[in-house]
Amino acid sequence: MATTSSSPIYEARDIERAYGSVLALQGASFDVYPGEVSALIGDNGAGKSTLVRILSGVEQADAGTILFEGKPITLANPTDARDRGIETVFQDLALANHLDPIQNMYLGREVMKAGLLGHLGFMERAKMRSAGREAFTNLGATVNNFSGPVGGMSGGQRQAIAVARAATWAGRVILLDEPTAALGVVQTKVVLDLIRRIRDKGIGVVLISHSMPHVLGVADRVHVLRWGRRVAVYEAAKTNLEELVGAMTGALDGMEEVA
Amino acid sequence: MTVTARGKVAMKQESEVTPPGLAARLRAGVRAQALQIVLVWLGIITVFSLLSPTAFFDPANFRNIAISVSILAVLGVGTTFIIITSGIDLSMGSVLVFSGVVSSMTMERIGGGHGWVSAAVGILVALLAGLAWGLLNGFLVAKAKVPAMIVTLGTFGAALGLAQVLTGGIDLRAVPEVLVDSVGFGRVLGVPSLVIVATAVVITGIIVLRRTRFGLLTRGVGSNAEACRRVGINVDRQIIQVYGLAGLLAGLAGVLNLAFFRSTTIAGHSLTNLDVIAGVVIGGTSLFGGVGTVFGTVIGLLIPATLRNGFVILGVQPYWQQVVVGAFLITAVYADQLRRNSTLRGHHRAALMSRLLHPTRKEQ
Repeated sequence: MATTSSSPIYEARDIERAYGSVLALQGASFDVYPGEVSALIGDNGAGKSTLVRILSGVEQADAGTILFEGKPITLANPTDARDRGIETVFQDLALANHLDPIQNMYLGREVMKAGLLGHLGFMERAKMRSAGREAFTNLGATVNNFSGPVGGMSGGQRQAIAVARAATWAGRVILLDEPTAALGVVQTKVVLDLIRRIRDKGIGVVLISHSMPHVLGVADRVHVLRWGRRVAVYEAAKTNLEELVGAMTGALDGMEEVA
Repeated sequence: MTVTARGKVAMKQESEVTPPGLAARLRAGVRAQALQIVLVWLGIITVFSLLSPTAFFDPANFRNIAISVSILAVLGVGTTFIIITSGIDLSMGSVLVFSGVVSSMTMERIGGGHGWVSAAVGILVALLAGLAWGLLNGFLVAKAKVPAMIVTLGTFGAALGLAQVLTGGIDLRAVPEVLVDSVGFGRVLGVPSLVIVATAVVITGIIVLRRTRFGLLTRGVGSNAEACRRVGINVDRQIIQVYGLAGLLAGLAGVLNLAFFRSTTIAGHSLTNLDVIAGVVIGGTSLFGGVGTVFGTVIGLLIPATLRNGFVILGVQPYWQQVVVGAFLITAVYADQLRRNSTLRGHHRAALMSRLLHPTRKEQ
């Protein structure tokens, strides 16, 4: 584990969430430390997406506690999360296809000129352009074309742009929902490297993924969710595919009870 | 000192970007519809000029073309912003008429329709009337979630109806002479005032769309409203502001219309909305939102005007203009579709590749 801090930066305790009569989360817990990749896995319907939506402020829990830097917080909306340095990359990436990578990075966070020009709505375009390029380059997100619309770029490029954008603004925690799901082999490697670099900056990375090899390759700890509960936490270095799949499907239930 | 140093750094980085990007940018520019239609327009001018070297190729004639486009161009700037948000505005011709009517009624009551005070109040009333209709459109589109086509079809009828109620359907002609002389038929250095006002609006529109946060957010909202919401942008407010801007410009167009025709031209603007929308679309603004240019809109409006003018001079039945413009319109939208497909194709391929490489991947 690449953890340097002794307490989690972001933690969920006993979260419950129901949609009508369907109990999506039934006391789920989760935590991530600064400078750690904490993976969240589980079969379809295990409650991964619901938990991520609650941690990113998109939805609110029916019961349970969310702790940020050790203190309980409530998130009324995604802006509350962003203001605390918690950024999320959902599967749809939420990129404006007609805008270029830099414009996407600064969307909603435009740097305005000082004085009258700024009040008239003029932006520091050159400053955003150079700082944005630097941010992409520092993260190793290889963007071939900084001035073309992102809609014309490959899936890997778009994913890298979305992740790098979130990483640039995420001071504390970044949540990545299936960042490698739509990518080819080479593109996946780029995104996994990107995740490692974000972790090395001291940010807590939450990785939601179906791909066990990717999880084992990049995560420090793996949380397994089943039927709306966290059923196991493993250190990635000390577990293996069979154990994870067993925990996900419930094949290890008997063993857990013995233990 | 620091400013210079910073400027140099920025320039240096820009020049580092330029060499690989320049050729690509030029190619993209040539492909851009705005440039293509400039070439089309220049081609039309060349043909008419060759066929009619004296009557068509004459500064006075070009002035006529410019005047005939001025009012449409003012409307076109606002409509370009609206269509970029993936909205539509059918109401601008009626809002123009309504603004002219309330403006004329006000001017008649203040100073008896004479003098600058009367004109100034009249202009203000027209702008406010236009702004009010625009904000109503924007509010209904953004907050009530009624489709823009229906909202503006409703206000298209309502604004015209109210104008007719206020006037009994008879055109008002109360316009201060000072307004007619200065704005309607005035010239500065040989350039008609109408053209100067329209040019100022167009240049402002270009700068606002390309350089300001307002313009960027307009494109962002049209490209992916949900993405904008997620990063904390007030999408509804942006949409209301864009419709408000278009309404304000329709009010301004109402003043220009009143000053030029000396009449509220109640029956004269039932097809203005279609002319303006056609110009915006021919100019390369996508009906699907996200992309568009004010400059393209101006050229998109100049093409029909130039055709009409040229056909009249050449003695061709001017009705042919409608046929040709119709063909242009369809071609422009077809070109837009091709562009959209070619940018989307990459994603389809990526999705297919990932499905081949991760056959067990579960869809969420």
